[in-house]
Amino acid sequence: MSDISSQAPLSWREWLMTERPGSRTQARLGRTYTTWLRFCENKLALIGLAILILLLLTAAFADVLAPYSPYIGNLKDDRLLAPSALHWFGTDDQGRDILSRVIYGSRLTLFVVILVAIIAAPVGLLIGTVSGYAGGWIDAVLMRITDIFLAFPKLVLALAFVAALGPGIENAVLAIAITSWPPYARIARAETLTFRNADYIAAVQLMGASPMRIVLRHIMPLCMPSLIVRVTLDMAGIILTAAGLGFLGLGAQPPLPEWGAMIASGRRFILDQWWVAAAPGAAILVVSLGFNLLGDGLRDALDPKEEGR
Amino acid sequence: MKPLLDIEDLRVTFPGRSGSIQAVRGVSLKLGRERLGIVGESGSGKSQTGRAIMGLTPPQATVTAKKMMFNDIDLLTASARQRRSLRGRQMAMILQDPKYSLNPVMTIGRQIIETLQTHESVSRAEARDRALAMLEAVQIREPKRVFDLHPHEVSGGMGQRAMIAMMLVAGPELLIADEPTSALDVTVQLEVLGILDRLVADRGMGLLFISHDLRLVSTFCDRVIVMYAGRIVEELASADLANAQHPYTQGLLNSLPRIGHDRHPLPVLDRKPEWAL
Amino acid sequence: MSPIPTQAGSGRTSARTRSLFLAALRFLVIVATTYLGLLAVTFFIGRVIPIDPVLAVLGDRAPQRVVDRVREEMGLNLPLYQQFFIYVKGALQGNFGTSVLTTNQVMDDIRRVFPATIELATLGTIIGALFGIPLGVLAAVKRGSLADQIVRIIGLIGYSVPIFWLALLSLVLFYAKLQWAAFPGRVDVVYEYSFTPVTGFYLIDATMQGKWDVLWDLIRHIALPAALLGYFSLAYISRMTRSFMLNELSQEYIVAARAKGLSETRIIWGHALRNAAVPLVTVIALSYAGLLEGSVLTETVFAWPGLGLYITNSLQNADMNAVLGGTIIIGSVFIAINLLSDLLYRTLDPRTRTR
Repeated sequence: MSDISSQAPLSWREWLMTERPGSRTQARLGRTYTTWLRFCENKLALIGLAILILLLLTAAFADVLAPYSPYIGNLKDDRLLAPSALHWFGTDDQGRDILSRVIYGSRLTLFVVILVAIIAAPVGLLIGTVSGYAGGWIDAVLMRITDIFLAFPKLVLALAFVAALGPGIENAVLAIAITSWPPYARIARAETLTFRNADYIAAVQLMGASPMRIVLRHIMPLCMPSLIVRVTLDMAGIILTAAGLGFLGLGAQPPLPEWGAMIASGRRFILDQWWVAAAPGAAILVVSLGFNLLGDGLRDALDPKEEGR
Repeated sequence: MKPLLDIEDLRVTFPGRSGSIQAVRGVSLKLGRERLGIVGESGSGKSQTGRAIMGLTPPQATVTAKKMMFNDIDLLTASARQRRSLRGRQMAMILQDPKYSLNPVMTIGRQIIETLQTHESVSRAEARDRALAMLEAVQIREPKRVFDLHPHEVSGGMGQRAMIAMMLVAGPELLIADEPTSALDVTVQLEVLGILDRLVADRGMGLLFISHDLRLVSTFCDRVIVMYAGRIVEELASADLANAQHPYTQGLLNSLPRIGHDRHPLPVLDRKPEWAL
Repeated sequence: MSPIPTQAGSGRTSARTRSLFLAALRFLVIVATTYLGLLAVTFFIGRVIPIDPVLAVLGDRAPQRVVDRVREEMGLNLPLYQQFFIYVKGALQGNFGTSVLTTNQVMDDIRRVFPATIELATLGTIIGALFGIPLGVLAAVKRGSLADQIVRIIGLIGYSVPIFWLALLSLVLFYAKLQWAAFPGRVDVVYEYSFTPVTGFYLIDATMQGKWDVLWDLIRHIALPAALLGYFSLAYISRMTRSFMLNELSQEYIVAARAKGLSETRIIWGHALRNAAVPLVTVIALSYAGLLEGSVLTETVFAWPGLGLYITNSLQNADMNAVLGGTIIIGSVFIAINLLSDLLYRTLDPRTRTR
């Protein structure tokens, strides 16, 4: 403690950027900081980050932000009103305020995205790392299965899954997760192959670490950066697939304010009351644009070589 | 006699994050129909000098000079179109590694013909004949077979000969060879150099031979220019190499191994900041 | 190396035939396992997940007698592996059962609707490649310029926008407001029977029969959905083109081409793009496959009577045979496109051709 206080003039920035970090934590923080600086150079990526922070805040404070109830509308007087000062995005056929529904819908979007990421990414990571580290016939079999899934049309397969499981947001999540793990497995395997024969893995092997420990503790963490980038870039696709399922009536069921389903309900009035479908679609566009911008920025910051890919 | 190339105070400047960086800082040289070598370590500006003469400096960099004459053409005022018509027809350049400097999806024959067709209106048959003759001139034994091969199907030495054929087929007067043999096996190096030497001599071309290999340059060229940090530090005839004045040249010479001499400790090249001033 | 030269020669040829044979075998194994995997997954979806597949086929109001008969017919009293075997056998013969909704054989239905989807997706891909490649090249050549930024934003929006929403909005604009596009559908009722569908690709049929008024009507119908799908394809293709072109333009052979005195046009289109074309083929193939899939949502909005609409209609009526049949067909086309692009890649890149 006294050591640090005696070096008080050293600014945070200098402490982070030092060439000789005193501890592992400092080195790690320093690296994160330089990555952050590189990330900040990318204006579009910052916009993406801002959009996502906004999404998180909207979802967290939906109760406070939404001016009306998302479920109960005034069927008598407020059906299909055009946007106005009272109802910024207008009202739908049940007299519900569309702005409020869009605000609450952010929760469902986050729910889907996070759940899919939590299910699909670890599955892909596990299959990829095991496949890459084990090699031989395990690798051959696992990769064949992965390739089979990769060759499938994702949306159509998800559609068929939901058709069998029954419509509903949980089943939609499950169906999307089932169809979205293969790319993660591919990436994790490719990364593992580059690490597998590295000297530091050999060193751990010599110290008697079990294969499971090596995969879990040493290889998986190394695969994380590229996996995170890929998952972020996929988020937009997941949102679009979920919205597509919702649009076809297979995702979230009424009266849930899911954006895709809201567009579907606005479809009947599209030619006269276009705003019913316009606002939720715009919300989908903005959020998936946010994920795409962030993913692009993260990729450039974490791996400058891949710029523009 | 008038020199082929006359350059005074050539400067190439790249914009950098913290101010601009001068890769070439005031190079002056005259080249007749002779073989002039430029030697220097990586980053000494030797390659950028060659590219500036060709007009192949990257777009973000700027080239300035007091004088830059090629024959009677002022390269400083020549339009981009004019510069382009010079390239390949009057001045050409050979790059380091044929593995990367030949287009991988085009046959060798087509790449040679392309040079011809860019500069002359020739019939297809004539272009083919001249390309085959050129392949023969670079001592490729089965020109007809090699003509239809893709670059990945030939060895490095063969690829570099094809490169020479491609660059010389339109009959340029000036050839800039930028490390033409560095990527080749040692045994092939001499063969390729021999071919280059004969062609340059037979056609009376001027050659600017850029290399990091002082000994190679001194055996191959008439004169040698030594560059360091974007400047010429010494210019001398190959025969006078032993009398080099500049400590950097002497350092380079000292680094060459000699048979029968003890090489311990290995000499380290001395770099003094004042040379870069 | 061998002491007897003749033997060495024949040994080399047999080694080459063997490697060719192995490559073909590998290819076959990949096709077979992928297709089997597709069937396994659809089998799992159709027969294992539902608690009672008979219920899924007949609905819950069928009399017990019928339920028992159908159960027998579907072979549901057999062990699962036998059921799968029968299923695979049927699928290989193109037998996906009968559609509850149309009471036709699913395969006959698909045969009837698929050309509409192919027509739409093909036109979309053509539009996407026609505009996407030049835009990508432009962005790469003028890297960092305003044009590059605009192409980038066009691409990003294409990646982020929900296709069915954009389709609805474009209907509002181009059909309701501007009246440029025709009412959703493939052809106006008036013209429906004024030509004979021979190939099933109406644009081709109408052209061959010289029915120009029909052709014009068809174009007015297909223009909007094709343009939309084309935009999605463009977003993907332009982005990948830019990235491939940047990679090629930084190669040494580009410097060599400049040193030869070639014009920039020739360098960009003749050299760099020619090299970028090799991976681009895969990208275009993938985008085509993506459009087949995207047609599920687009066709719904535009009432386009293709496979996508067929699948969604069947979904809404819990017609599992039709849904799975459609899934298998789209999956098969995916597999075929993947393999085709792989083969095309090999023929385009001389480096993989002779090894």
